[in-house]
Amino acid sequence: MIQLPENFETYAEARKAGFLRMKELKESGRRVVGIFCSFVPTELIEAAGGTAAPLCATSEEPIPAAEADLPKNLCPLIKASYGFALTDTCPYFYFSDFIVGETTCDGKKKMFELMNDIKETYVMQLPARRDEAALDAWEKEVVRFWKKLEDFYGITITEEDVKKAIRLKNREREVMLRFLELGKLNPAPISGYEMGTRLDGLGFNPDIEERCRIIEARTEEVKKDWEENYKGKPSRRPRILITGCPNSGIREKTIKVIEELGADVVAFDCCNGTREKVEKVDENLPVTRALAKKYLNINCSVMSPNETRMEYISNMIDEYQVDGVLELILCACHTYSIEAYNVKKTAMAKNVPYLMIETDYSKADSGQINTRLEAFLETISQFK
Amino acid sequence: MDYIGIDIGSTCAKVVVMDEDEKIRHQSVQPTGWSSVDTADIIKNMLLEKGISPENGKVVATGYGRVSVPYADKTVTEITCHARGAVWLYEKKNMAVIDIGGQDTKIIILENGMVRDFAMNDKCSAGTGRFLEIMANTMALKPDALCELARKGKDVKISSMCTVFAESEVISLIGQGEKKENIAFAVVNSIADKVASQCSKMNMSSEEVFLTGGLCECSYLREVLEEKLGKPVLTKPECRYAGAIGAALCSRNI
Repeated sequence: MIQLPENFETYAEARKAGFLRMKELKESGRRVVGIFCSFVPTELIEAAGGTAAPLCATSEEPIPAAEADLPKNLCPLIKASYGFALTDTCPYFYFSDFIVGETTCDGKKKMFELMNDIKETYVMQLPARRDEAALDAWEKEVVRFWKKLEDFYGITITEEDVKKAIRLKNREREVMLRFLELGKLNPAPISGYEMGTRLDGLGFNPDIEERCRIIEARTEEVKKDWEENYKGKPSRRPRILITGCPNSGIREKTIKVIEELGADVVAFDCCNGTREKVEKVDENLPVTRALAKKYLNINCSVMSPNETRMEYISNMIDEYQVDGVLELILCACHTYSIEAYNVKKTAMAKNVPYLMIETDYSKADSGQINTRLEAFLETISQFK
Repeated sequence: MDYIGIDIGSTCAKVVVMDEDEKIRHQSVQPTGWSSVDTADIIKNMLLEKGISPENGKVVATGYGRVSVPYADKTVTEITCHARGAVWLYEKKNMAVIDIGGQDTKIIILENGMVRDFAMNDKCSAGTGRFLEIMANTMALKPDALCELARKGKDVKISSMCTVFAESEVISLIGQGEKKENIAFAVVNSIADKVASQCSKMNMSSEEVFLTGGLCECSYLREVLEEKLGKPVLTKPECRYAGAIGAALCSRNI
């Protein structure tokens, strides 16, 4: 029997609706596996007849609850995600059959140990480098996860199932990439705020085909509008590349603000941007090797060394005609804040102004962030 | 035409009026008080009394209260204004500017007269004028008196970077009967340490550093900074007007 949480009646309408939607999905027989990170090969979840529910939390609401168990000085994304799990207030966590974690950053890795007491949390051991030995080890983890899904649900996942899922996810990557690459057009045809919120919203849609159709339609619409109304009309608005941590929880006080101040956010080097989308799963390699290879190549700062991220940023600056690099760091994210040193060097080497903002989900520093973003745009406009 | 720069900081509001030849016609400073809107009003009346009309001139507002000046033609951030002000004051195009203000400390790197990079203190007030003010209050001193007293002190160190904890450190030092000048020494050195650590993250290739903002009149702080940064730190009394001067200069581009 699929039950709603005890406090369900006290929830706000939007949250109630989320719970009811997920309950319906479960009642239809769909399997739900909660995930946190773009390193998890979701093709396997699809192949198991499941959907991957994104659990990275973006709200400050459950953080006080999380701080009962977790240290205060920890990444807000980790605290918020754990807080939602603890308080039964996230429908996606609540209705997940089990959770898949990965050994990416230390904060998440150790949080998963605690989360396992709330709901089974299976952890994939991600190596931190990219060489043959790491690829072999990661491929074994892919195989182990495949087996885990079969054991958990008592099913057999065939190679054909996985191949089908790979084709589907590759198509999704292509569609999402085409949407995000609208930012290469000059003048910018769509706001970065819209690109981010739209992709986030789609993550909760369990039907990948439908996600693709929605985004394809919007891409066409934006392109047509640009051809008819903006093409050939240069704009003086500075073009900004966003890089760093997942930014959904701080989008309002950074991306939205800088666009209101007169800039266009055109490019995203982050896990909710193009980073995971640029490389597809090779459909000609043996499936587990192909999956391992694709996911190991994600340019997250947990990888060491991570020069490929610098090469990627450098290319993006050219391809998206970027005037300024804005790095968004979540408080207490060691890997990104240390790697910021190299990102700044990369931007400066291309003579592109760089600004790093370290913040959390609270509004306490909105005033200071506004001043910094404004000053950053003034700095850029001296060179433009 | 009058070019009017108004810098409403968290502690003081500064006004500079320039003429066509970039000569300063008027400069004044007053406490910001609790309402920047009222302060902006008082400034307007004061200017009118002196025969300077904001309506007929060009007005740029800067500082944290920049949005509270209804008669400003434009707002510009304090980063750009301090940079332009410093270039005007020192007639140099490549330099590092340190502005120690009431609630913010800014480091600005200038190349060819343009802002190449900047940094501001994070959410916390360590290394700012507010830190000095609170410690001075605790010690029943005026901020400038604390600065002068610090020159005579030695040896004591405040290790806490948080203003609230640093204040309790100061209170325990008072309780232990530590000499006032030694505590003052610790306070000023704590500010200089924090500022120097912010500077170390920046590419300060210029030979000299220019100090602007409210604390530029504290000569002992300037000396300590010089020592910690290992290069000359220059300042002038007009430097507290650097933001307002920059704003007045910006108003010429409107």
